[in-house]
Amino acid sequence: MKQRSFLLAPRPEANSRRPIRRELVVGWLFALPALAFYALFVLVPFLMSLEYSFFRWDGIGVMKWVGLKNYLTVFEVPVLFESIINAFKLVLFFSLIPVGLGLVVASVMHKVAAGTFGSVARTILFLPQVIPLVAAGIIWGWILAMPGLLNETLRATGLESWARAWLGDFDWALPAVGMIGIWVLLGFCTVLLATAIAKIDPSLFESARIDGSNWLQEFLSITVPLLRQEIGVCLTVTIIAALAAFDIVYVSTGGGPGNATAVPGIQIYILAFTEQRIGPASALAVLLMVLVLLVILPIQRLTREERS
Amino acid sequence: MKISRLELLTGRLLLLVLMVVTLLPFISIFTTALYPSNTVPSGFGWPAEPQWVNFVEAFQVANMLVLLGSSSFIVLAVVPVALLISTMAAFAIGQLRVPGSRFLLLLFVFGLTLPFGGIIVPLYYLERFLGLYNTRLAVVLPLIALYMPFAVFWMRAHFVGVSPEISEAAKVDGASTWDLFWRIHFPLAKAPMASLGILMAVWTWNQFLLALVLVEDPSQRTMAGALGAFQGHYATNVPLLCAGTVLILIPTLVIFVLFQRQIIAALLQGAVKG
Repeated sequence: MKQRSFLLAPRPEANSRRPIRRELVVGWLFALPALAFYALFVLVPFLMSLEYSFFRWDGIGVMKWVGLKNYLTVFEVPVLFESIINAFKLVLFFSLIPVGLGLVVASVMHKVAAGTFGSVARTILFLPQVIPLVAAGIIWGWILAMPGLLNETLRATGLESWARAWLGDFDWALPAVGMIGIWVLLGFCTVLLATAIAKIDPSLFESARIDGSNWLQEFLSITVPLLRQEIGVCLTVTIIAALAAFDIVYVSTGGGPGNATAVPGIQIYILAFTEQRIGPASALAVLLMVLVLLVILPIQRLTREERS
Repeated sequence: MKISRLELLTGRLLLLVLMVVTLLPFISIFTTALYPSNTVPSGFGWPAEPQWVNFVEAFQVANMLVLLGSSSFIVLAVVPVALLISTMAAFAIGQLRVPGSRFLLLLFVFGLTLPFGGIIVPLYYLERFLGLYNTRLAVVLPLIALYMPFAVFWMRAHFVGVSPEISEAAKVDGASTWDLFWRIHFPLAKAPMASLGILMAVWTWNQFLLALVLVEDPSQRTMAGALGAFQGHYATNVPLLCAGTVLILIPTLVIFVLFQRQIIAALLQGAVKG
């Protein structure tokens, strides 16, 4: 270390600045390993994605510059553009329902589930969050299959006409995948929001009660406004999960039937690794990254501004 | 807080229903796993003759011991390295506040919302070029890198909160920057590092996309990646697939039940800070 700082030391006449220089070098040395990993395996691939998106390439041959053509392809080929639409449809299931329902459940939990019952409920509801999404996809793939649990239940309750291969049905496959997302993310949102409600000053609820407000009024006037930041966190996490979905879809439907459940992650994978069309795959990847940023930044701004 | 009996009952009922809906899928794959191999089980009931042997068969065909070893190797390679280097970087940014640290922080924050799918294609070609493809390092190295934005951000939050007076006092005593980090700040950062370590271990164990694309051989993959391959092979043999899934879930569930408080706390804090 000594030798190094000697080598990097400025000319003798600038001696007075030497300690500052030295601190700078040492400080950056601390950041260097993290920066090196990050640069090589995240920033460089990010720039490569950008680069690939302007070329036609099959992964082996010569790369041919095509300008913005790959981006046009994404917007013009229905299958690719629909994958972006599908991602936004998934937001309803992965994000809006878990966050909305999670708010209600959390506020109920706060009321009626103190003590052991509450902590058991927390643990159970959180369970789907710690297992691999692949496992969730496999489990639900079986439950939603033709002779699976859901259809058996429908049959047993006389709703036989509703039974169908949920994940193989053009109209129902996307909501069925969304259902898996609700199962995975509802517990996470609930527990996060319940933890936040527990921190709200109880006297606020007490005085609302004395004023004669019911559960709904309390929920709308105290719980929701005070949880603004946590709601923002839940929305951010779940929207990213929806837009960047891959594991659950890949395992449960593979994007099918047809392209009914194909999301950008799936199309990137298919374009790049089964069709060897790196250009459009990268254009879609770039659009996906931009899309996530465009959706997340306003949410962060709306829900966090007060604190900073 | 006073609430009416009716509110209490309906509230608890709602929670109970939710808990059942959450648990049913787990119970369902467990009972399905006990049906005779290669049959198509119907319904939800307990099988007439539970085939416990399915678990033995799944253990063998899924090569569970190798998978456990591979997944553990990947976690043990990723987590300590990622913890150490992210803590060092966060120390430089949040405590030393070296010139340019704002830029550094922004650079890392840029990666916070980056979907893995956005860079998976170039990663594949980069790793072929570097000769890493189809090795465990093919997953380990990018994962360390992909965790950096979150990890640095998380640890910086800790270092910003530590009073700089501690550092100044140590410097007066003649401590070098490395001593300052290793002897004083590193031990103080143990609590946030533990949560971060738990988070990264769970994420690594469950990582699917990188394993799927960058490692062809399932025995070199993470647990989730191997499960994907297992599903590909045994999709038609439902009881065996369910038995394999149960086996692969067991380590996760055991760890979760043992460390549930820490894991839930870490995952929640992780979301709030990220």
